Amino acid sequence: MKPAPFDYHRPEDLQSALSLLGTHTDASIIAGGQSLVPMMNYRLAQPEHLIDINRLSELDYIREDGDQITIGALARHDAIHASELIAEHMPLISHAYEWIAHKAVRNRGTLCGNLCHADPASEMPAIIQVLEATLILARNGSSREVPAKEFFVGTYDTVCEEDEMLVELRIPKPTAGTGWGFEEVSMRKGDFAWAAVVCLLRVENGRLDDVRVAVSGAAEIALRLPDLEVALAGQAPSSDIFENAATKAVDALAPVGSATVSADYKRDLVRALLPRVLSAATARAS
Amino acid sequence: MNTTAIELEVNGRKHSANVPPRKLLSDFIRQDLALPGTHVGCEHGVCGACTILMDGKAVRACLMFAVQADGASLTTVEGLSKAEELHPIQHAFWEEHGLQCGFCTPGMLAAAHELLSENTDPTDEEIREAISGNLCRCTGYEYIIDAIRTAAKKLRVTQASDASQNA
Repeated sequence: MKPAPFDYHRPEDLQSALSLLGTHTDASIIAGGQSLVPMMNYRLAQPEHLIDINRLSELDYIREDGDQITIGALARHDAIHASELIAEHMPLISHAYEWIAHKAVRNRGTLCGNLCHADPASEMPAIIQVLEATLILARNGSSREVPAKEFFVGTYDTVCEEDEMLVELRIPKPTAGTGWGFEEVSMRKGDFAWAAVVCLLRVENGRLDDVRVAVSGAAEIALRLPDLEVALAGQAPSSDIFENAATKAVDALAPVGSATVSADYKRDLVRALLPRVLSAATARAS
Repeated sequence: MNTTAIELEVNGRKHSANVPPRKLLSDFIRQDLALPGTHVGCEHGVCGACTILMDGKAVRACLMFAVQADGASLTTVEGLSKAEELHPIQHAFWEEHGLQCGFCTPGMLAAAHELLSENTDPTDEEIREAISGNLCRCTGYEYIIDAIRTAAKKLRVTQASDASQNA
């Protein structure tokens, strides 16, 4: 058998899951398992306890809650991809799912699990940062809210503590008229990104406003580009401005190369993709 | 060894078993249920060969533990055909040369089955998207796409004749 032995727990409600998580050291939560099980098969992950939350139907939701959308820990990629609520308020997410994994993986995998896995080349960690989502981390007896930009701390590493679980994602609805852009280059469609660039912005009286840009695949974590955002705010959109801003932004990036794609090529990709997402978002803004 | 009791339905037959929690669903299907039609390629969710249907949805059997299939209804390639009669999707793969070595075929069939259960007349682009998580090292994919397009046509004809008989 490929994975190392573990004790299996299958709680029926969130409270039991959290108390199991608080009681056992070296425990992992498993939802879709689409990232964790490969790591267990390679024995890169060898948790002593596996807490299976697939029976926690209370966490399987995508809801409208005033000016935000809330997504539970058991909401699967495929459900979010197909959600009319998401398509209406966050078309960026619906569109990006065309690039994320494959049907069989999206059928099982969950958005919250994907975020906790924190792969630096995964698209959603960048997307929730431009949407300025909040992550709710719960432990037995308490919970805390973490802004998306503070959640990711390194490759496969987040601020989620051993006894904590990401139970909900809260995404504020972008203001009406917000434009969005998404571009990605990967080896094959559905693979992790060599580079993915996402953007939200508004155009007020012909000037760019509230520009938010993030990249995946270009550093140890998906990250926002605050210098670029500040430089573009208040400017009249034009391809020259976008290209100049992209060139400057890329100088500050230190992507990590691999056997299949060099750091220089990744930098070139980000330089090429940034103006495209900014133009697309400007065209969509109203 | 520490085991967990599970009950599940596979290809219409009920099974109960005691399994070690770390046993992958793919290994359980092949070793415990003696259904070797589910192929195991990469065992880390890249090749798609072990794709089966769980409650009608395509899933990778190497990325689930057998204990997680407790209470589920599974269909493997052995459950697609009726006795000696191939399923229309299988028949289309045969007619259109949608396989050579056959290693990827059970997973391809599961992916195609899910697609055609949700979309009776897919475009070639939709077919490509549906099998994009399944690797084939023989065919170059074109004949597989032909096969799924032909299968869709066969299934539409079957459904139309069923509907007219029921009318």
